[in-house]
Amino acid sequence: MSDTHDSPSPLCGGGYPAQQGERGEPGLRIGRRAADGDELRPAPSLPSPDPLRGPPSPVEGGGKSSAPATYNFAYLDEGTKRMIRRALLKAVAVPGYQVPFASREMPMPYGWGTGGVQVTAAILGRSDVLKVIDQGADDTTNAVSIRRFFARTAGVATTTRTAEATVIQTRHRIPEAPLTEGQTLVYQVPIPEPLRFLEPRETETRQMHALAEYGLMHVKLYEDISRHGHIATTYAYPVEVAGRYVMDPSPTPKFDNPKMDDCPALQLFGAGRERRIYAVPPYTTVRSLDFEDHPFRVQTFSEPCALCGAKGHYLDEVVTDDAGGRMFVCSDTDACETRREDAR
Amino acid sequence: MTPLLSAQSLTKTYGGRTACAGVDLDVTEGEVLAIVGESGSGKSTLLSMLAGELAPDSGEIRYRDREGRVRALHEIGPAELRALSRTDWGFVRQDAAQGLRMGVSAGGNVGERLMGLGERHYGHIRTRALNWLDRVEIAADRIDDPPTRFSGGMRQRLQIARNLVTAPRLVLMDEPTSGLDVSVQARLLDLIRRLSGELGLAVIIVTHDLAVARLLSHRIAVMRAGRVVETGLTDQVLDDPADAYTQLLVSSVLAA
Repeated sequence: MSDTHDSPSPLCGGGYPAQQGERGEPGLRIGRRAADGDELRPAPSLPSPDPLRGPPSPVEGGGKSSAPATYNFAYLDEGTKRMIRRALLKAVAVPGYQVPFASREMPMPYGWGTGGVQVTAAILGRSDVLKVIDQGADDTTNAVSIRRFFARTAGVATTTRTAEATVIQTRHRIPEAPLTEGQTLVYQVPIPEPLRFLEPRETETRQMHALAEYGLMHVKLYEDISRHGHIATTYAYPVEVAGRYVMDPSPTPKFDNPKMDDCPALQLFGAGRERRIYAVPPYTTVRSLDFEDHPFRVQTFSEPCALCGAKGHYLDEVVTDDAGGRMFVCSDTDACETRREDAR
Repeated sequence: MTPLLSAQSLTKTYGGRTACAGVDLDVTEGEVLAIVGESGSGKSTLLSMLAGELAPDSGEIRYRDREGRVRALHEIGPAELRALSRTDWGFVRQDAAQGLRMGVSAGGNVGERLMGLGERHYGHIRTRALNWLDRVEIAADRIDDPPTRFSGGMRQRLQIARNLVTAPRLVLMDEPTSGLDVSVQARLLDLIRRLSGELGLAVIIVTHDLAVARLLSHRIAVMRAGRVVETGLTDQVLDDPADAYTQLLVSSVLAA
């Protein structure tokens, strides 16, 4: 890899140079083939197609960055980014394993995506195009504020189009448009431990992960069936990653679980309050847990979307007035808008 | 025949205090061994060591596994030890809340060990849970109730079902009947005696109640201040105690 020169060695010796961001963002390099080192420079107009994102920009800093001088590129200092990247590399190396990291205070409350924001900040490069969704929507408070946060602190391009984005930070949904190899999906995770509500002791859950003792996870599903007649868990539905670790896919609806399996994009999970990072590398087997006589099923919706009219998509219920009026619309606003544009 | 479980000179101290000092004992299949003694005599510490939950300071515990190999507990790795404690061993605790998952239904409690062993068929788990609830005399319509809604006696019976569902070979019981009223106690004792006979279990039961020991056990070990002061056949020890402390213990029992 030819990027050795731009990983700032002074960082190892402690002390954070004030204008570290000006040195260019190496970004997190995962899944890179050694053979294509000669293609490090991305096409200037298109977002970088590889998950590397962000070889150093040919034009360095020089006042061209729109980020305020007071912040380092993408808010976090370089030392913190390196720490997070180390956790990310470990997480990618051991799919589904929860790697502890020294989560920082972020200028937003816990529960609003502090983990996801830190992961995004650590992997963001100057040529990245960022999309942020909350419940599938690009226009909700959380999505808008995080997108603006990075537009201001990193000066990166933002988009609402899934296909154009290289980094997608999400709270719940996996976008409907199929993800590609160049993309990275960053999840905001509130509770990374799938066994948490079954076994309150962290020491014990770590042992259980270490020894792959996951019988207890099925007790939860058993309880669902005994109470409701079917597996009633609809979100944070436990999955087994690469045949080893059981993972909580954050509050993602189980509708999206099948999309995690064999996904070409890199999936990173950050839990800020709980200080854990985990990952699903591209093309990894992700299997939703189930019983032989009660197989895993995703939700189905009987109605079509009230806006685009499409069927078979994940819908949100929107209350439209105070007289009981409601409509069901696609939760993925980008996919919904694209369909409506195509229909015109 | 080599015993199923045998302990040699087990010693455990907490700081300067001795909880167990040089305890030897053996138990084999189909045998019920009672460990009696007053509070603080080291009974529970001994049981924790036998269960592999507490490492002894010195001494050794040997277990004969299903393949007939005799192995020292400390040589078995943590993963296998935990697997053994889920399949080959059972532990019925004094406080049911420690031995059960109080937020999980009775069926889930019984089924947990099965699911831990890789059973992934809901119908099969359900059938076996119902079967075991029936064997411990819990009505089938209580299968979906959590143990928080069960009486003390039912909780203990549920603990037994939860432990026996994987057909263990050794069951440790820590004061399973204390805190229950006499009629419930009698039913529970009856159940334990019946099941241990039917299944050919080795049972080590810790109790301070000599009546329980007399009813259930074949052999008895009397502990005092961390030492086994007397051991032998239950009737022999209780009817004709040799040790001064055992004599005191036996004579302290109030006749009803």
